[in-house]
Amino acid sequence: MKAFTVHQGVVAPMDRANIDTDMIIPKQFLKSIKRSGFGPNLFDELRYLDEGQPDADNSGRPLNPDFVLNQPRYSGASVLLARENFGCGSSREHAPWALEDFGFRAIIAPSYADIFYNNSFKNGLLPIVLDEETVDRLFKETEASEGYQLTVDLENKKVVTPSGEEIAFEVDDFRRHCLLNGLDDIGLTLQDADEIKAYEEKRRASSPWLFS
Amino acid sequence: MAGKTLYDKLWDQHVVKTREDGTALIYIDRQLLHEVTSPQAFEGLRIAGRQPWRLDANLATPDHNVPTTPVERESGIDGIQDPVSRIQVKTLDDNCDHFGITEFKMADKRQGIVHVVGPEQGATLPGMTVVCGDSHTATHGAFAALAHGIGTSEVEHVLATQCLIQRKMKNLLIKVDGELGKGITGKDVVLHVIGVIGTAGGNGCAMEFGGSAIRTMSMEGRMTMCNMAIEAGARVGMVAFDEITAEYVKGRPYAPKADQWEMAMEAWSDLKSDDDAVFDKVVEIRAEDIKPQVTWGTSPEMVTTIDGTVPTLEEAADDVERSGFKRAYEYMGLTAGQKITDIKLDRVFIGSCTNSRIEDLRAAAEVAKGRKVSGSVKQALVVPGSGLVKAQAEEEGLDKIFVEAGFEWREPGCSMCLAMNADKLGNGEHCASTSNRNFEGRQGYGGRTHLVSPAMAAAAAIAGHFVDVREL
Repeated sequence: MKAFTVHQGVVAPMDRANIDTDMIIPKQFLKSIKRSGFGPNLFDELRYLDEGQPDADNSGRPLNPDFVLNQPRYSGASVLLARENFGCGSSREHAPWALEDFGFRAIIAPSYADIFYNNSFKNGLLPIVLDEETVDRLFKETEASEGYQLTVDLENKKVVTPSGEEIAFEVDDFRRHCLLNGLDDIGLTLQDADEIKAYEEKRRASSPWLFS
Repeated sequence: MAGKTLYDKLWDQHVVKTREDGTALIYIDRQLLHEVTSPQAFEGLRIAGRQPWRLDANLATPDHNVPTTPVERESGIDGIQDPVSRIQVKTLDDNCDHFGITEFKMADKRQGIVHVVGPEQGATLPGMTVVCGDSHTATHGAFAALAHGIGTSEVEHVLATQCLIQRKMKNLLIKVDGELGKGITGKDVVLHVIGVIGTAGGNGCAMEFGGSAIRTMSMEGRMTMCNMAIEAGARVGMVAFDEITAEYVKGRPYAPKADQWEMAMEAWSDLKSDDDAVFDKVVEIRAEDIKPQVTWGTSPEMVTTIDGTVPTLEEAADDVERSGFKRAYEYMGLTAGQKITDIKLDRVFIGSCTNSRIEDLRAAAEVAKGRKVSGSVKQALVVPGSGLVKAQAEEEGLDKIFVEAGFEWREPGCSMCLAMNADKLGNGEHCASTSNRNFEGRQGYGGRTHLVSPAMAAAAAIAGHFVDVREL
C-alpha cells in the first residue's frame, strides 16, 4: 500500500449526498479479476454520455461536459469534496480502487458509509470527516477560486487551506499508523498468531459444532 | 450494571484481543465467498505466499455473474456468453480447487446466492460471526449472528488470519410492536424503517430488529429485514434467537447434530438482548401503521406507500435533499405529486438475496395464480435464490403457476438485482423489483427501479402498473 503523509492537490467538488458505489464504479467493471485499471471508468455513467464496457478503449467516448471531473479547471484533481454518506451501497473495494487509480488521494465529506470508509484506508486513500458547515464552506471556496488546492497533513491530522487556515480532523491511531507507513495489516495481525490460536482452541472446546 | 444487548454479547464472545486505540481483533467463524470480490484476495495470498488459516470456515459459490437461462446453464462455465464473466466464475473455481475450499459450483444443485445458500445449508448458525465480500451479508444476522459485509482486502485478511480488525459499533434498536396487516411483509417493514431513519440513519450502528411483530415473523421475513439494514446505513442487522430460529436451523446439513445440538441450543438460548440492556438509540414503529411500500426515487429512502404520491420539492427536508429530489424526478421520469399507482412497468423482477426464498416465491405465486402478466409488461422474471429453493418450488408446482401466468422461470443467481449477467433493464425502463437497491443504473444503464415486496411485484406484473396487493 502507498504511504500517505502530506498531500497537496486540486480539489474537485461533487455537490451531492449519498454518492453510492454503483455510481463510483458501475457493476460491469467488477468483472475484472485485477485490482488496478479502474480509473478510466470512475463515475462512468456520470462522466460519459454512453454506456461503458469492461476492457474497452475509453478514449473515443463522448464526455459529459457538465460533469465536474470533465471541467478543465478541475483537471488533475486529487482531493474530492462531497456531501454526506459518501460511498453508500455495496462493499465493492473496486470503489476506492477506482478513486485511487484515477488519482485521488483524499476525500472530504461530512460522513461516509462504514464499509467504504474501511476499504479506503486499505488502499492509501484517506477519507476525512469534517462537519457539514465546514464542508459547505469548502464547497463555496472551491467553486469561487479556480485551481483551489488543499493540503492534507495526516501526520498532524489537519487540512490546510490556501489562506493558511488549519482545520483539524480525527482518525483512528491504528489506521493512521498503517497509512503513514504504508503497512499491510495482515502482517501486523499475524504477529498475534499465538493469541488467535489460543482463542480458537477455547472456541473449539465450547462450540465444537463450528469446527468440522 | 446494565444488561447487554445481543450485539454486545456477540462482540464479547469473539474478541481475541483489544488494542490500545480501542480497536479489537475479532474472530470470524464463517466466511462466505463469491466470484466478484474474492479473486484479488486469493491473488494477494499467492503473492505473499500465505495459506488460508482455516479451510473449514470458508464456503464458496458463484452467484453474481452466473447466467439464469436454462440453455446457458446446461453447458456449464463454457456456456457463459460474456467472456469476462466466464473468466471470473472460472477463477473462483480455480482458486477454491487450488486452496482446498468447499465450493458449490455452478452445476451443483446447492449453488445459489450466497445469502440464501448459507442459511439453507446451516452454514450460518446462531452465535457465529459471518463475513462475506458483499454488503448484504447483514442477512445472516437474522439468526442472532454477527454478520456484515467486508471489502476485498478484508476478505484476504480473514482468509489469512481468521480475524478482522474492528471497532465496536453503536447499538440501535428498531422496535416494531403490534400486528402487521394482511399482505404486509418484512420487505414493507424494512422499507418503512429506511423511509423513517434514512439511508444514513444506521451509519456506525449494529441494528437489532425487535418487538412483537418481529417475534412472530418467519425466518424468511427476518432475513429480508436484516438484508436491507445496510440500505439504512447499518452494516449489521440482527434478530434475537428464539424457537422460530431453532426450528429453521434444525436438521440442515451443516447444523449441529445429536449431543452437539443440545449443547448448541443451550449456548444459543442467551442470544438476545437483556431486558435491561441499554441501546444508544431506539426507534419505535407501530406495525399497524405500515402499508405496502414502493420506492419512487434513486435511493431506498425515497420510498412511499402504495396509496401515496411522488413527493414534491416542498416536502424535502433541506437544500441537499431538494437537489436529490430534482435529480431523481429526472432520472426516474416522474413528476412531483404523481400517483404511485399510475407508474407503468416495463419489466418485473422477483428474486435477489432480499426476496428469492421459498416463502417469497409462494407469496408471489399466490398472487399470480390464475392470472396473466399484462401485455404491456415486456418481461417478468422469477429467479429462485438457490438450486434447492428452485427444486422445492417445483415440487410445490409454483413454477407452473408462474409459467402459466406468463412469468419466466429461471435458474438461480443474483440476476437482475445488479445486472452483472445478461438480465438487465433497458434505458428508461421501469421495473417493479423485489431487490434491495434502486440506485441509478443498478439494474442496467438508465434503468428505473422500484423496490417492492414479492406479492406487490407479482400484482404489478398482472396489472402493468402498481396496485395495492391488499385489494386483490
